[in-house]
Amino acid sequence: MTDKIRVLIAKPGLDGHDRGAKVVARALRDAGMEVIYTGLRQTPEMIVEAAIQEDVDCIGLSILSNAHMAIFPKIVEMLRREERGDILLFAGGIIPDDDVPVLKQIGFRGIFGPGADTRDIIKFIETAVAGRDRAPAAG
Amino acid sequence: MFDHAFLAQLAQDEDRWSETTLQQSLARMPERSGPFMTTSSEPIERLYTPLDTAALDYARDIGFPGEYPFTRGAHPTMHRGRLWTMRMFAGFGSAEETNARFKYLLAEGQTGLSVAFDLPTLYGYDSDAPETLGEFGKCGVAISSLADMEVLLDGLPLDQITTSMTINSPAAPVWAMYIVAAEKRGIPRDKLGGTLQNDILKEYIAQKEFIFPPRPSMRLVTDTIEFGMREMPRWNTISISGYHIREAGSTAAQELAFTLADGFEYVRWAVERGLPVDAFAPRLSFFFNAHNDFFEEIAKYRAARRIWARTLREQFGAQSDLSWRLRFHTQTAGASLTAQQPEINVVRVALQALAAVLGGTQSLHTNSLDEALALPSEHAAHTALRTQQIIAHESGVTNTVDPLGGSYFVEALTDRLERDALRMFAQIESLGGVIPAIEAGYFQREIADSAARYQREIELGQRTVVGVNEYVERQPINVPILKMDPDGERRQMARLERVRRERDSAAVAARLGALSEAAAGRANLMPYLIDAVSAYATLQEMMDVLRGVFGIYQEPVIL
Repeated sequence: MTDKIRVLIAKPGLDGHDRGAKVVARALRDAGMEVIYTGLRQTPEMIVEAAIQEDVDCIGLSILSNAHMAIFPKIVEMLRREERGDILLFAGGIIPDDDVPVLKQIGFRGIFGPGADTRDIIKFIETAVAGRDRAPAAG
Repeated sequence: MFDHAFLAQLAQDEDRWSETTLQQSLARMPERSGPFMTTSSEPIERLYTPLDTAALDYARDIGFPGEYPFTRGAHPTMHRGRLWTMRMFAGFGSAEETNARFKYLLAEGQTGLSVAFDLPTLYGYDSDAPETLGEFGKCGVAISSLADMEVLLDGLPLDQITTSMTINSPAAPVWAMYIVAAEKRGIPRDKLGGTLQNDILKEYIAQKEFIFPPRPSMRLVTDTIEFGMREMPRWNTISISGYHIREAGSTAAQELAFTLADGFEYVRWAVERGLPVDAFAPRLSFFFNAHNDFFEEIAKYRAARRIWARTLREQFGAQSDLSWRLRFHTQTAGASLTAQQPEINVVRVALQALAAVLGGTQSLHTNSLDEALALPSEHAAHTALRTQQIIAHESGVTNTVDPLGGSYFVEALTDRLERDALRMFAQIESLGGVIPAIEAGYFQREIADSAARYQREIELGQRTVVGVNEYVERQPINVPILKMDPDGERRQMARLERVRRERDSAAVAARLGALSEAAAGRANLMPYLIDAVSAYATLQEMMDVLRGVFGIYQEPVIL
């Protein structure tokens, strides 16, 4: 294992708008992180499985169709069930302000909407990952 | 356009100006640091003069509006003759909600309909499919069967207005639903006017709502071209779309080149089917983006008309000026809108719409100020429509045809965009054509490169986005957000269940069987789809039949 931060960038739901996900994935890679991009239309099951198999430190989810409130909690729940609630979660896309507190409450530490600066995302990940024990999770 | 003596004198005069007036001015007051570049990151000169258009031949390259090569416009009188169609893209929730929004927009002076479908529909699923979790009605209206289409179109004057439908992979069955719904109301298919987006190539390149692999998808598109040619003379069978290519992050030149390359590919397939080019090409239409860079966008539309005309005439041997003439719809750039200070998006949209009008658009959708936050509220859509009406009736830009024609800058940019496009056509050809280039990830990689560069330019401050990296305000956003009818989904599910319960299931099975057999062979699938729709087969049932025969596409994952 390298000590590079490992990030999964995923596009759940049906929308094909992957510009933001790809721009973020490239920026993280350019910042020295190990980035796995899932491609489009991933189910919660596929995302959680990929995250566990790839042993990532964090998952970034991008969705523009407004299906996030149906899909994101499912992913959180499945990660908890797999005892990988330690994986850092962040999200981007079109996420109305009203939904942000709810998403923060279920465990999304960062929400980066339109106009977000990739340097802020990088800083957010580096700070959050450095601030915790990176030993393998139990189980 | 100018004689040699004039140009030689001008070059001397420009040198003199540069050494005297310009130098003195720069010494006193240097220019801003720039960079001076288009939205597509192409450099822009300080000054354009006749020297920059010296290679242009007026008759060959510019000509008169309504005549080859159509640089100055598709029609001789352009917006003096008829204003563009004000066609606001709308759709959300159930068929009832969208029908009500259509009636509202028509009452407010909109002149054409444009249907947005939700993602389950765009992806060929019925509203109750497990794959569609959370997506019902979010980005458009949910249409699972003829029964939904009948509600969507209820009370709308389909013989008087044209309807554009933004649907691609399931374009053929959804078109069949429209045709059957109209015919059940006594309006024959040859009286129906409208546009099917039906542009599958750009799905692989940018929008990503593909289902089948490219080749069977192209067969389906060619079926619609052939069917339209024979039975739907007033219908545009494809709207070849650069819009999504641009939204995904391409430059203006890439939007232009990739879109036209797709258009040529459709022509090639139809010609190979044995259809005479002049019988179908007049019914191909285009759909472009209007981004921020005012002059680059105007030049893009002018270059598009010229390239299409030249290629259809010289490469495809089209004889009719209707085949040479490129007509297009425009939408302002959704991706340019900011979630920060959303009210200033009205200004962006107005400038983008003005570029579309000056570029000679036939039809226009103006985005609403709240689109970086949610689907447009009625109030925001109202303001966006009024923006078009102000340009049409108050600005004066509609009083003359192609008012920027002959501008040294605009003509030079038009020419440069044409050259850039020709270079990209050569690249695509060297990869074996559009479909091999898709399979190799060429378009996707080029677009991702441009998107990343654009973002970097914003973050490094080389490009100013008002409200995002400059003139930033830290105030809470306060615009009303569209709330959907919570009963819409239940209504839709109930209708879908009723359709399945009440229809003649033996007839459905028989017609789906016939569709499957036809798909495995070479027959045109439109009549089979019309039969299946008439028996109330659902969208997903028809698409599943085709999935079974054609297979599904997995795109190469490209970062």
